[in-house]
Amino acid sequence: MSDKRLTIKKRLHIIKHRLRGNKMAPAFSALHTFLFTPDETTHSGGHIRSADDLKRTMNMVILALIPVLLFSFFNTGYQHYAAIDAASGAPRVLSLMDNFLTWENFWLGFTLVMPLVIISYAIGLGVEFIFAIIKGHEVEEGYLVTGMLVPLIIPVDTPLWMLAVAVVFGVVIGKEVFGGTGMNILNPALTIRAFLFFAYPTWMSGDKVWVHGAVERTGTPDAISGETILGSLAQNNAYDYSVSDMFFGFIPGSVGETSAFLILLGGLFLIFSKIASWRIMVSAVIGSLVMGLIFNGIVDMGWIGANSSFYSLMNFEFWKHLIVGGLAFGIVYMATDPVTGSQTQKGKWIYGFLIGFLSVMIRVFNPAYPEGVFLAILLMNVFAPTIDHYVVRGNVKRRLNRLKTATIYPRTTDGKAEELKAETV
Amino acid sequence: MPTDIRIKKGLNINLVGVAEATTSKAVASNVYNIHLADFHGLTPKMLLKEGAEVKAGEPIFFNKNYPAMKFVSPVSGELVEIERGARRKILNLKILADKQQTALEHPPLDISKASDADIRAFLLESGCWPFIKQRPYDIIAHPEEVPKSIFISAYATAPLAADINYTLSGREKELQAAIDGLAKLTPGKIHVGIGKGENSPFAQLTGFERHTVSGPHPAGLVGTLINKIDPINKGERIWTLSPQDMVIIGEAFLTGKFNPERIVALAGSCVKKPKYYTTKIGAEISTLLYASGVNQKDFRVINGDVLTGSKSRPDGHLGFYNNCVSVIPEGDDYEFFGWTKPVFDKISSTRSLTFSWMQPNKKYNLDTNTNGEHRAFVVTGLYEEVFPMDIYPLQLLKACMYKDLDEMEQLGLYEVIPEDFSLTEFVCISKQPHQEIIREGLDYLQKEIG
Repeated sequence: MSDKRLTIKKRLHIIKHRLRGNKMAPAFSALHTFLFTPDETTHSGGHIRSADDLKRTMNMVILALIPVLLFSFFNTGYQHYAAIDAASGAPRVLSLMDNFLTWENFWLGFTLVMPLVIISYAIGLGVEFIFAIIKGHEVEEGYLVTGMLVPLIIPVDTPLWMLAVAVVFGVVIGKEVFGGTGMNILNPALTIRAFLFFAYPTWMSGDKVWVHGAVERTGTPDAISGETILGSLAQNNAYDYSVSDMFFGFIPGSVGETSAFLILLGGLFLIFSKIASWRIMVSAVIGSLVMGLIFNGIVDMGWIGANSSFYSLMNFEFWKHLIVGGLAFGIVYMATDPVTGSQTQKGKWIYGFLIGFLSVMIRVFNPAYPEGVFLAILLMNVFAPTIDHYVVRGNVKRRLNRLKTATIYPRTTDGKAEELKAETV
Repeated sequence: MPTDIRIKKGLNINLVGVAEATTSKAVASNVYNIHLADFHGLTPKMLLKEGAEVKAGEPIFFNKNYPAMKFVSPVSGELVEIERGARRKILNLKILADKQQTALEHPPLDISKASDADIRAFLLESGCWPFIKQRPYDIIAHPEEVPKSIFISAYATAPLAADINYTLSGREKELQAAIDGLAKLTPGKIHVGIGKGENSPFAQLTGFERHTVSGPHPAGLVGTLINKIDPINKGERIWTLSPQDMVIIGEAFLTGKFNPERIVALAGSCVKKPKYYTTKIGAEISTLLYASGVNQKDFRVINGDVLTGSKSRPDGHLGFYNNCVSVIPEGDDYEFFGWTKPVFDKISSTRSLTFSWMQPNKKYNLDTNTNGEHRAFVVTGLYEEVFPMDIYPLQLLKACMYKDLDEMEQLGLYEVIPEDFSLTEFVCISKQPHQEIIREGLDYLQKEIG
């Protein structure tokens, strides 16, 4: 077996050298480096390097997303069949082994979610390859994570062509025009999400899109409902899910956002492996709790009546914001994007806090679409450089203050140094 | 005021092949080389022609911009070749050593009576001046400038670095002479960082500020010491010296001779018997390698330590400032799914299926593979974990890349030299050449501002 691998290795090595300077070299290199870490050695500075590279880093995020993806298969199927049962007047009672982790649920979810994943990767990586070939740079790894995030943050019935259009938009406008991975200002996955939302609002919001099959049955007698908890609250309707349903994720919503439990595990994994910033996650949680508490306080003070259209959302217990909707998913997987987030340690606290704070605020005050995470993160993406600027300014100020007491001596030609009095620059 | 400096941010890179604490005398080398690349930014002007006879300690060339600054031959012999590169730039000087060594002698200097000017003149004439480096810019100090203080780090934390406490034990007399002499060159102080609890040759010496330092690498880098004690401001000058170079300076004060002999560590996983050798500046590295033996074919010889040294060859020569030669395996091989499989045999600063965090004291056999490709900066927050200075490393690197002079100044480029970024370069996930970026930034800053 090892002999065969050697020959593959050698053959690829030969092809690599043959393709040197060729337009297709980046495309080959992308596949080659996927199979083998390159034979490149250090040629400047230090002679050794640590084991981590960008592929490994991105791979960690994908690993952290796998449980969420698997859960989404089951939940997509479960929500569909549960809605049908509910429409027929015999609501289901959730039972993990009996009617959740079933082959039937898994298969339905698999056939619905996998096409989204495949389209997202195929189109996105296609665009990346084309740009790499045109511009002659390596195919960079950023899209490996983006491609996995995108199917998890959209409604399951999103038409594939819409997704394809959005992915092209997101990758080109969100990333490539800025110079590719590492240079972008906005999170590409959220750019794709925002494009879908603003280009096809009727598809991306309302009460019909969150459960498979809800849309096409509209108008027929057995119309099934696909309302999210936040959707119900926005219309001051009651919802009918327990806290454990919300926490473990047996609720309707975007494909991968429902299970706060698995997202929490993913987040802990990312913090442990030092891939994602715990500062952003912790401060975002704090930020959302603070905003939730403020709203609860407003209701408790009686400043807002039960007839207000914001009443139900404001009255929603502050900590429950974390386990419904996309807040948890956004905090763990999207806010922590190092490229578009704040880059200084202090800045990360401010950045994260404001994401949590604004997410809940937008969620409560947005009548059209009771969800704010992606808007809040995109907004803070734009402000992250400003936050960093002021954090770094603090350091610069210290340095400038120190400069006032600088000890600068004049040159000595006769060998005697006279002390120059402190010079202000 | 003596201080106790504790560094928390950093990373100790434990490698296989630390030099054993025994010293042998290396076989005398036939040819000695002076690499001009060791003196960054220097324009040399030759004093001798090819074929000239030279004594040990006799000037061969000088600094074109400061003619009094002489560079001397480490041995007596014949200047057999002046190797030149593009546009006749001098790269390398080869001296064929005599069997019988003769040395040029200056009258010894009575430091207690000597003036500042005497000491400067003596160091310049004896060839010792180039040992004094200056910050900012990491170049040989300008002899007419007056530094606000002089810094020396006697705490070696770099991977496979020579143990200064071992190599310099018994050289207290020379070190003291060097300190006394250097003290006259600055109205400020001499600061020396000593490893906490270590038996340092500086322990009994006087005439300087003693600082005890502890913590992981880069605690032993002189830049870390400066940043914690007396950071550099715009316009200021700080001089730095390595302890092993101070021995040569001290000996020159006492005897009048430039004695380039020093104890050098030969270390690294490719060396069969890593240990110390007494040899001279410019000696052939192969004289050490033959004595200790190498255990594999495909290796890289590094003049200096693995993080900051320069690439050399077995037939290369010991650098002017080095006290160690490292030999590690070349890593020019592919690794099947190397980016995704769990890693047990390499060092990582994360825990992304890399397990070096479980065994912080394990010794690793690292090769020269980059373990990934060059990418744009993506990950943030990792550099800060290994960078103890009060500086934003990522922001400073970027400022150097887009050559914004204001930002370079304000973010602290005056305070750093490339070696301060050797650890951030090691942990960099995007495999960016940090030391090169800083070097180019410093050159640009010097050119524009001076």
